[in-house]
Amino acid sequence: MSGFHTAMELVLQGDASLYAIVRLSLLVSLSAVVIAALVGFPFGAWLALTRFPGRDAVIIVLNACMGLPPVVIGLAVFLLLSRSGPLGSWGLLFTPQAMVIAEAILVAPIVAALARQTIEDLWLEYRAELEAMGATPLRRVGALLWDARLSLLTVLLAGFGRAAAEVGAVMIVGGNIDGFTRTMTTAIALETSKGDLPLAMGLGAVLIAIVVAINGVVWGMRSYGERKAG
Amino acid sequence: MRAPASDLPIVLAAVGVRAGTQDILRDVSLVFQPGAPTAILGPNGAGKSTLIRVAAGLLQPSLGSVTWGGLSAKSLQRRAIVFQRPVMLRRSVAGNLAFALAAAGCPRAHCAAAVERLLARVSLGALHDRPARRLSGGEQQRLALARALAREPEILFLDEPTNNLDPAATKAVEAIIRDADASGIKVVMATHDLGQARRLCGDVVFLANGAVVETAGAADFFSRPRTEKAAAFLRGDIVE
Ligand SMILES: Nc1ncnc2c1ncn2[C@@H]1O[C@H](COP(=O)(O)OP(=O)(O)O)[C@@H](O)[C@H]1O
Ligand SMILES: [Mg+2]
Repeated sequence: MSGFHTAMELVLQGDASLYAIVRLSLLVSLSAVVIAALVGFPFGAWLALTRFPGRDAVIIVLNACMGLPPVVIGLAVFLLLSRSGPLGSWGLLFTPQAMVIAEAILVAPIVAALARQTIEDLWLEYRAELEAMGATPLRRVGALLWDARLSLLTVLLAGFGRAAAEVGAVMIVGGNIDGFTRTMTTAIALETSKGDLPLAMGLGAVLIAIVVAINGVVWGMRSYGERKAG
Repeated sequence: MRAPASDLPIVLAAVGVRAGTQDILRDVSLVFQPGAPTAILGPNGAGKSTLIRVAAGLLQPSLGSVTWGGLSAKSLQRRAIVFQRPVMLRRSVAGNLAFALAAAGCPRAHCAAAVERLLARVSLGALHDRPARRLSGGEQQRLALARALAREPEILFLDEPTNNLDPAATKAVEAIIRDADASGIKVVMATHDLGQARRLCGDVVFLANGAVVETAGAADFFSRPRTEKAAAFLRGDIVE
């Protein structure tokens, strides 16, 4: 229990190195979610609304990608960015940018697959009305994205959850460098293995508090939106 | 600016609709003329909804042809439809109308005023900001009518517009239909409700089992049906 007290002290005293780690973790996770959304929402919407041969296979592969093993993605990004790799000249290995890339690759399939399902369900419901209203394809997509926005917010949350909890990939491509690429999850792994349980527990508590707080905010936005739009 | 050519008459020539091995409509030949509302009557499953979707241009028939004002391929622009189960967009009442107006090409600057005018026309002004999905059945039906009227249609197709509504809500919907008719819109409506067809309609198309059994003026149809099937339907017997 003394470990727990030390953890709380670190949090409450606003320990500088702890907050630097928290800030970097949030920055990396949120950047990854934004990039994944920019790619995943349009792709999911397109997949929901088009029919082509092999579409079922694309959906199966996309859904399977939701479960990509993070360490494998980490390894792939590592090979791409390593000095002798194809993108080695970018010099991104062991930087926060590399971690954003790896997490975006992990999160994008989640965003795309869940958005595809959400938008397709709404399309089945709206289709006849939108056609009868003479809505152009662009207007149809706009209506679907807008009217599904509360569900799509939850999709982003699922993506953020994966990014924030991720440890294997960011460890490989970020390198867990103190003060530069150390995130909450990699720090917890390191401190635990070193035996510094108070710091590990303090970080764990902060991580959970942040995830709960973000879920709370999104929940509030959803209920407000549902009251307004039904 | 030249007025756009009329979509009337709508002429269906030997129209057939087939789903798998089932004929939903068989050899339907009909003309919808300008004038008083036309009732499409018939038992459940007769093909009323399918006929409406074909005549509105939303469903391509498997056989035969449909023309609107003599043309076979015309945009939906002058037609509007209220489905048997209208789907409310996940928006406010006003949001639903604004979307319908925008989709119909109403300029943004006129939109807000048009929303208010349409809401007044269907007596929903007080529910302006209410989420459309929280409305009662009768209110949703009136909003669906307002969305259809937002298209400023020449022809308004209604699929059982008062199904499942209580007498007061039915009366409100019928008032809107009368108002649309009085403003020169051609109404074509499927209905179960014989009283409603009597009250509102000038002529009748009686469908059974995917085929037109009888077409007649409403007064003639209700007083002297020419076919045994129509007579049985009017008596309330089960018609196959
Ligand atoms: N897309 C479809 N596929 C197969 N059968 C259909 C389809 N649409 C309608 N039907 C069938 O066609 C018949 C007529 O349907 P409908 O036009 O809805 O009749 P009504 O509106 O008169 O009750 C019904 O038996 C219905 O089950
Ligand atoms: Mg029907």
